[in-house]
Amino acid sequence: MEMEPRESQVATVSQREQLMVESKVFQIYNMFGDLPRNAQSLMLELQRDNHMEYLTGGFRQLGPAFCSLDANRPWLCYWILHSVALLGDAFDDEVESNAIDFLNRCQDPNGGYGGGPGQLPHLATAYAAVNSLVTLGGQKALSSVNRDKLYRFLHQMKQPSGGFSMHDAGEVDVRACYTAISVASILNILDEELAQNVGNYIISCQTYEGGFAGEPGSEAHGGYTFCGLATMILINEVNRLDLTRLIDWLVFRQGRECGFQGRTNKLVDGCYSFWQGGAFALLRRLSSFVDEQLVKPGTGGHCSTDRQLSSLSVGEEGLNASSSGNLNDFGYNFIKRHPEMEPLFHSMALQQYILLCAQEQEGGLRDKPGKRRDFYHTCYCLSGLTVCQYSWSEEEESPPPASAVFGPYSNLLEPIHPLYNVVLEKYYEAREFFTSS
Amino acid sequence: MASSDEENRQWIPFQQRPEWSDVTPIAQDDGPNPVVPIAYKDNFVETMDYFRALYQADERSPRALGLTTEAILLNPGNYTVWHFRRLILDALGADLHRELDFTETIANGNSKNYQLWHHRRWIAEKLGTNATSKELEFTKKILSLDAKHYHAWSHRQWVLEALGGWENELYYCDELLEEDIFNNSAWNQRYFVITRSPILGGLKAMRASEVNYTVKAIVAYPENESSWRYLRGLYKDDDHMWVNDPQVSSVCSKVLSAKHNFVFALSTLLDLMCHGFQPSQEFRDAVDALGTPDSDERGSDLATTVCSVLERVDPIRVNYWRWRKSKLFQAV
Repeated sequence: MEMEPRESQVATVSQREQLMVESKVFQIYNMFGDLPRNAQSLMLELQRDNHMEYLTGGFRQLGPAFCSLDANRPWLCYWILHSVALLGDAFDDEVESNAIDFLNRCQDPNGGYGGGPGQLPHLATAYAAVNSLVTLGGQKALSSVNRDKLYRFLHQMKQPSGGFSMHDAGEVDVRACYTAISVASILNILDEELAQNVGNYIISCQTYEGGFAGEPGSEAHGGYTFCGLATMILINEVNRLDLTRLIDWLVFRQGRECGFQGRTNKLVDGCYSFWQGGAFALLRRLSSFVDEQLVKPGTGGHCSTDRQLSSLSVGEEGLNASSSGNLNDFGYNFIKRHPEMEPLFHSMALQQYILLCAQEQEGGLRDKPGKRRDFYHTCYCLSGLTVCQYSWSEEEESPPPASAVFGPYSNLLEPIHPLYNVVLEKYYEAREFFTSS
Repeated sequence: MASSDEENRQWIPFQQRPEWSDVTPIAQDDGPNPVVPIAYKDNFVETMDYFRALYQADERSPRALGLTTEAILLNPGNYTVWHFRRLILDALGADLHRELDFTETIANGNSKNYQLWHHRRWIAEKLGTNATSKELEFTKKILSLDAKHYHAWSHRQWVLEALGGWENELYYCDELLEEDIFNNSAWNQRYFVITRSPILGGLKAMRASEVNYTVKAIVAYPENESSWRYLRGLYKDDDHMWVNDPQVSSVCSKVLSAKHNFVFALSTLLDLMCHGFQPSQEFRDAVDALGTPDSDERGSDLATTVCSVLERVDPIRVNYWRWRKSKLFQAV
């Protein structure tokens, strides 16, 4: 890979900012390249102990600066708990029990979870709380979710457009669709009523670029793209998307810096290692749909309007053979599908970015060199890293070959279920629990 | 640091404010051993304790409105407070123009927050067309500081669709693109305008002039992905026209023959061929001139050669170009 910044007349803000980031990143890569072998492997090591220390500290106590995240505490739980689970570690029983108790205090008496005790229930924090409890696992955590009331909450958030509102009279966007559908699916309470018209809403957010926007008309963006794609898979309507345009947009989000950017001509950011990388993990299991779009005679797979009209009767080509199949099974069937496609992004390059540019040696991960670590980026950089490591694996559970893991093999993280972004083993436990209760 | 000291000095605890003496504050129910506990500052704790008291009592009063102001200043991300504030504003029939000023104050601190923009949309919806010019000015101001501000763009699009004000929007896009041709948000807005503005007549009516504009932008900066994507988007409804429009193939040809920054030109050529475009010998020559392919690929079809060149010159996407190559026989 080229390591020198381009020499060109720098004119615009976009170009200047891009060159500044490239120069910082390439400085790191060049410095790395000049190191002796043993120093290199040291630098590529995932600093597990330091990450654990950073995560444990935050779970125990956060400083006054976190007042700005006072309405996001289930998110803080999820970012930390999921990171710890990815590292193959866990907090001790007492701390886990405290976490269950705390999340229960965020649960609204009428269903759903708010950003803290006594706060209005909100779809994003409900997603974070449920994923936290799934990650904690065990009878006590899983049974603490009031599913009947959560279902009612989801129903109340449902909009006539097919989308969801984040909270009572809140904003409607693709994030809301994903968090609602993901929560319903993992808790085994997804039904036709909740899923109705969600697909139409998501389709209206796929832009001319190929990625998804938060709302119809807005710009294609990595976070919304993951949310849009995952939602369509969970409701078994992914064949209605223009997948070839989506892939074409996605592959161009990885740049010379080796990491992903969130939007065209924006700067690289470690968190998109998951939002974009995760979308690639999903695509690996969609090759039959992609192929179908590629070979469509006359349209060549790029004509969306015809296809959307013709495939409004979904189900016959779905992940499940029977169109009347239980909506809750699509997340499970998906992970059981054989991944027929090789990863279409550069997994080694992305791992290099995460380990050398996003990782802080003292613990925690970040957006890019020059930025400070935080729990959000720690969670999504590590989530991106596991996606990379398993990106060639045939079976989601089996350990990947050493050649797929950048740096020492001890960097290997736990595999995830990419539709929900929870550790796979935890997902199976929750699936078992919620389908049998 | 000085300013926060000052704030602390000016801030009078609720317990010392006579107008609050009838209210019993409610502490946060964090439990005995909370996880992710935040070391709140004293004023944060007290403000939120009083907020909880009024929120639970559903007191929609002027003092409650004032309290939400204080709570929002302490944490603009607290959607519960914003939500309650809207209930109060409704109940009091408050002056919503003043409310716009309040959101502007919050935006000056940190404008990347869903709640602020949702609130702003709520106000503008109530004010109707009275708010149009103010909202367009407000977003313009935010975009002058950060031309890719996602929330600001979404809000602006909502204003245009709900309240109108399309008259100068294409000109505004021109302006922003003139400043920074790589600003993809401005390209996206341009697409929004030409496809949705009731004045311009839609994509079909705008296509010819937009293709001209975009081709010029591509020739000036062939490495600019935004303009290439926009060009493709101009034919979103009509692949046949895209494949057969000589302006599309000729801009590819032009960039290829310059032998510089040609990845998007090659990628477009590949897509065109996959959709049935029949390349002339001129294209074959231009691609061959980009580098000698491996001996076993000499004489292979042009699409295969294009993929091979892309694998070499665009190594970060090597897996993708290989995959595209492997799918060629299905698509062509």
